[in-house]
Amino acid sequence: MNLIVELFLEFALLSCVAFGGATALLPEMHRVVVENHHWLDDTTFTHLYAIAQAAPGPNVLVVTLIGWEIAGLAGALAATLAMCLPMSILIYLLIDRWEGFAGARWQKAISLGVAPLAVGLIFSGATLIAQAARFDWLAWGLVAATVIANLRLKFHPLWFIAVGAVLGLLGVV
Amino acid sequence: MAKVCRHTPSQPSSGWKNESELPLTATLNTPQSRPDLRALFLGFSSVGLSGFGGVLPFARRMLVEERQWMTAEDFNAQLGLCQFLPGPNVINLAVVVGKRYHGLAGALVAPLGLLAGPFVIVLLLALLYDHYGSLPLVQSMLRGIAAVGCGLLFAMAWRMGGALKHKMLFLPFTALTVAAIAGLRWPMPSVMLGGLLLSGALAYWKLGRK
Repeated sequence: MNLIVELFLEFALLSCVAFGGATALLPEMHRVVVENHHWLDDTTFTHLYAIAQAAPGPNVLVVTLIGWEIAGLAGALAATLAMCLPMSILIYLLIDRWEGFAGARWQKAISLGVAPLAVGLIFSGATLIAQAARFDWLAWGLVAATVIANLRLKFHPLWFIAVGAVLGLLGVV
Repeated sequence: MAKVCRHTPSQPSSGWKNESELPLTATLNTPQSRPDLRALFLGFSSVGLSGFGGVLPFARRMLVEERQWMTAEDFNAQLGLCQFLPGPNVINLAVVVGKRYHGLAGALVAPLGLLAGPFVIVLLLALLYDHYGSLPLVQSMLRGIAAVGCGLLFAMAWRMGGALKHKMLFLPFTALTVAAIAGLRWPMPSVMLGGLLLSGALAYWKLGRK
């Protein structure tokens, strides 16, 4: 199958289960892109995640980077569109009826039920990045320090990214 | 673009000067001003370019506080469906706001504004990466960022977990998701479908008991 079409279909399918946004998709993107198709290797995948972290914009743009590395500009466009289009169309059609089913028992049940799964997906994304990047104990130290500092202090995430970049440049991690 | 040009001459009185001369009470009585397509594009562009690691708070500030295109209640109500459905919430929100003011054209222009700027920036970074990504210095810098990014994800999961309702009932589903996705590496669509059936059924039961 044409690579661009395949890329589009894979990401369109992923977008339909992206509860918790693109971040929740990290483990599955890794499974599809690195493990199944061997489109990218572990190191490149981690690097792209790092670049997306340091860039402004919605989280979904990590998908753009992945598409670019796999198939250039067409790949970047295909992956981004695939990620946004299915749910955009659905929401365009549903928004006028939302008030009709907002607050219904089944709607609240889905919202309540999906939340713990989304937490699990984000947590899995974090473990996956750690595995793919093959962190040593120093890097794990930085991970732990970031978790504690982020939960305790109210610094903008960009400061953390900057600190990580500097520590990396100095060869600390 | 053609549509924008046709709109502009039809409302020549909405220039900056006239607007600033409006009595303050007029804006207080009508908190929702109606943006044209150009304003939609630019408004969402500013949102897309100002956020790092999630732009939803910036979207709220732009829509409710700065430009007052929606009231806070309106925003919360519309965000409901955006968060209910999977996919990038803030893109969904742009579609909703765009549709509300300009139908299909707005629903296309708003998310386009949100994505266009960051898309270009990210591709420029990708070009840099393609040229210099093999340098050891760049690699160790990205490794440092990845470690911090990983920490931010763990912290986010921790915070989201802390905000869960009925933790005793639902945290086991978080553990099962981690085991299935991170441990067993099962495909996510089937894990989510199965998980949502079980967890949703439990939630349905729980909601009925109150």
